[in-house]
Amino acid sequence: MQQAAGTDTAQWDFIIKPKTGWFDIDLKELWRYRDLITMFVMRDFVTVYKQTILGPLWYIIQPLFTTVVFTIIFGKVAKISTDSLPPFLFYLSGNVIWGYFASTLSSTSNTFNNNAYIFGKVYFPRLTVPLATVLVNFLQFFIQLFLFLGFYLYFHLHGAPVQPTRWLLLLPLLMVQMALLSLGLGVLFSSMTTKYKDLRFAMSFLVQLWMYATPVVYPLSQIPDWLLPWYALNPMAAIVESFRFMFFGVSSVQWSQIGISWLVTVLLLFAGVMLFSRIEKTFMDTV
Amino acid sequence: MNVIQIENLWKEYRLGVISHGTLSRDLQSWWARLRGKEDPNSKLQPMLAGQEKQIEGDHFWALRDINLEVKEGEMLGIIGRNGAGKSTLLKLLSRITAPTKGQIKVKGRIASLLEVGTGFHPELTGRENIFMNGAILGMSKKEIKSKLDEIVDFSGIEQFIDTPVKRYSSGMYVRLAFAVAAHLEPEILVIDEVLAVGDADFQKKCIGKMGEVTQEGRTVLFVSHSMSMISTLCEKGVLLIDGKVAKYGQISDVVLAYYESISDTKRTSVQAEFFSDGSCRFVSAAIASKNKIDTREVDLGSEIKIIMIYDLLKETENLYIPNYHIFTAEGQYVCCVNSPRVKPMKLGRYRAQCVIPPFLLNEGAYTVGVAVTSLDLYCSDLRGQQTVHFYEKDILSFNVVDSKIPDDWNYGVIMTVPGVVRPRLSWTIEKTA
Repeated sequence: MQQAAGTDTAQWDFIIKPKTGWFDIDLKELWRYRDLITMFVMRDFVTVYKQTILGPLWYIIQPLFTTVVFTIIFGKVAKISTDSLPPFLFYLSGNVIWGYFASTLSSTSNTFNNNAYIFGKVYFPRLTVPLATVLVNFLQFFIQLFLFLGFYLYFHLHGAPVQPTRWLLLLPLLMVQMALLSLGLGVLFSSMTTKYKDLRFAMSFLVQLWMYATPVVYPLSQIPDWLLPWYALNPMAAIVESFRFMFFGVSSVQWSQIGISWLVTVLLLFAGVMLFSRIEKTFMDTV
Repeated sequence: MNVIQIENLWKEYRLGVISHGTLSRDLQSWWARLRGKEDPNSKLQPMLAGQEKQIEGDHFWALRDINLEVKEGEMLGIIGRNGAGKSTLLKLLSRITAPTKGQIKVKGRIASLLEVGTGFHPELTGRENIFMNGAILGMSKKEIKSKLDEIVDFSGIEQFIDTPVKRYSSGMYVRLAFAVAAHLEPEILVIDEVLAVGDADFQKKCIGKMGEVTQEGRTVLFVSHSMSMISTLCEKGVLLIDGKVAKYGQISDVVLAYYESISDTKRTSVQAEFFSDGSCRFVSAAIASKNKIDTREVDLGSEIKIIMIYDLLKETENLYIPNYHIFTAEGQYVCCVNSPRVKPMKLGRYRAQCVIPPFLLNEGAYTVGVAVTSLDLYCSDLRGQQTVHFYEKDILSFNVVDSKIPDDWNYGVIMTVPGVVRPRLSWTIEKTA
């Protein structure tokens, strides 16, 4: 009898078990559901700006106005250094990168709460939802990147000291890191918000504060030496500065800082996915 | 061949406010584990050994050691009272939540009809929603594409298929949603009638679909409170009581066991000498119909008498009022009836009888609670001072059955009629034009 039970395990398509290991993510299954990810991407893309007058133009208006405000307040009034770059381009580059991170993080961190009504009815790999968010936000990123490139070209042609470096070829890698980081942190926070609901309110606040801990409105070169080792622990710092270095060739970012940034990114991603895989199975019992 | 095999399945829920103070408690547990000590907040391990009580502290065991096998092509009826664990079992099967202990082995795709319309987005068109819904239910894009024409055909809303579904009427919405679900073609279909309440049309469709899948030889798990429907559709059944499998086997045996379980006493009459608060004592109670006392089965078209015998032990100015409480087997309160004004009574033994007229209660199982209450009319409180001398809940049970005699009311067609009551009201139909 025991033997029979042992040999026929292959006949089952799946086995529903209590949550077991710490890293219990079925990547094969996730791949089987890839069509669902594209459907989520399509849905979010189509529905977000439907019935708004300006539609996707909002993607441009947002960073443009923020950049103008930053240029006036931090550039003209506070006179913070921009590493001798044109202030407008400097702030815009920071906003484009930060914009992707902030919006992806805040939407993925609500994965469980926003989708409770679907999660409570049918099973599919829950990770498809934050993955789709990470992908759909690239659309916003590309629109804003083109906006940035437009201004970049304009400044370049008018003789501003902006020269692309050959490191620009690594931009896709930077985008991958940016996506992995916001995915990892997003699922980490979304798993924690199911238990500690306060985090949901803390999120928007946290993202705002985080921006000031990241070289968006000031360059990395302004950070005092004694703070740098700690500052480098913020993975977004190296990402924003690498982005600027690729386009302008001016930045004080070090290889070691980029390495730390990747390390933190990978660690956060693992921690996030791990916690997510533990929470997703019993999340419906706690909402 | 088994398509579902459930082995030692347990499911625990935490009662009360879950999020309250959990951070500090979690830290405490974590710190204890770190030092290799026993988690001060865990009551789980010692309980699993021989769990007898369903609720302990703030832990609630919704399922306790379920073992079950479902064969290919079988129609299994799952019955039990509210809270017996039926819905929890279905939730585990559809992987909405994970078990606490044990496992379920499944062969094939499980789909339930409660997923109808899941993931529909109002801004998307009908066509886009078909893809969206299909993908959520686990179909690949290719699979949906190959069935798209069929689905659109089935829904009968071809001309609106490219309109956002927020412009649909609710009927169109359900039709489209059902069309997708109907073409999912799962190997195992789960139907929870309890959750599919409300839309009668939709329920009918579900049942129709069930008949279809049975003929195709697919496996169906069916949860219902309608014993007549379960009896006709399923060949095997399982009865859950307090999270345990109380009976498994031929559906007729299981339904019988269910009726017996409704009334814990398994009796239609009860005699006792000990239910008393000193002023009024319960003696016995019984159900009678057609001059037969202690009947279980009562015909739809005959009177049902509820009889209670009680003793008055203390004479007061107060009025002793006998009252009965009728519930459906599912625990729904049908009514609370009391006798009309009674004169102050002398000490002694009394017999209270109440008659439920024919054609009032619908088919189904009912339980009756009996009580005697007294009202102090001289109390200054306008609502009157009320004292319950005894209240024996669910002490009697009976089963109303349709003897299926063709008459003018059922047109000779025997059907299941929904509802708790099934009165024959007075009708007039006139030709007006």
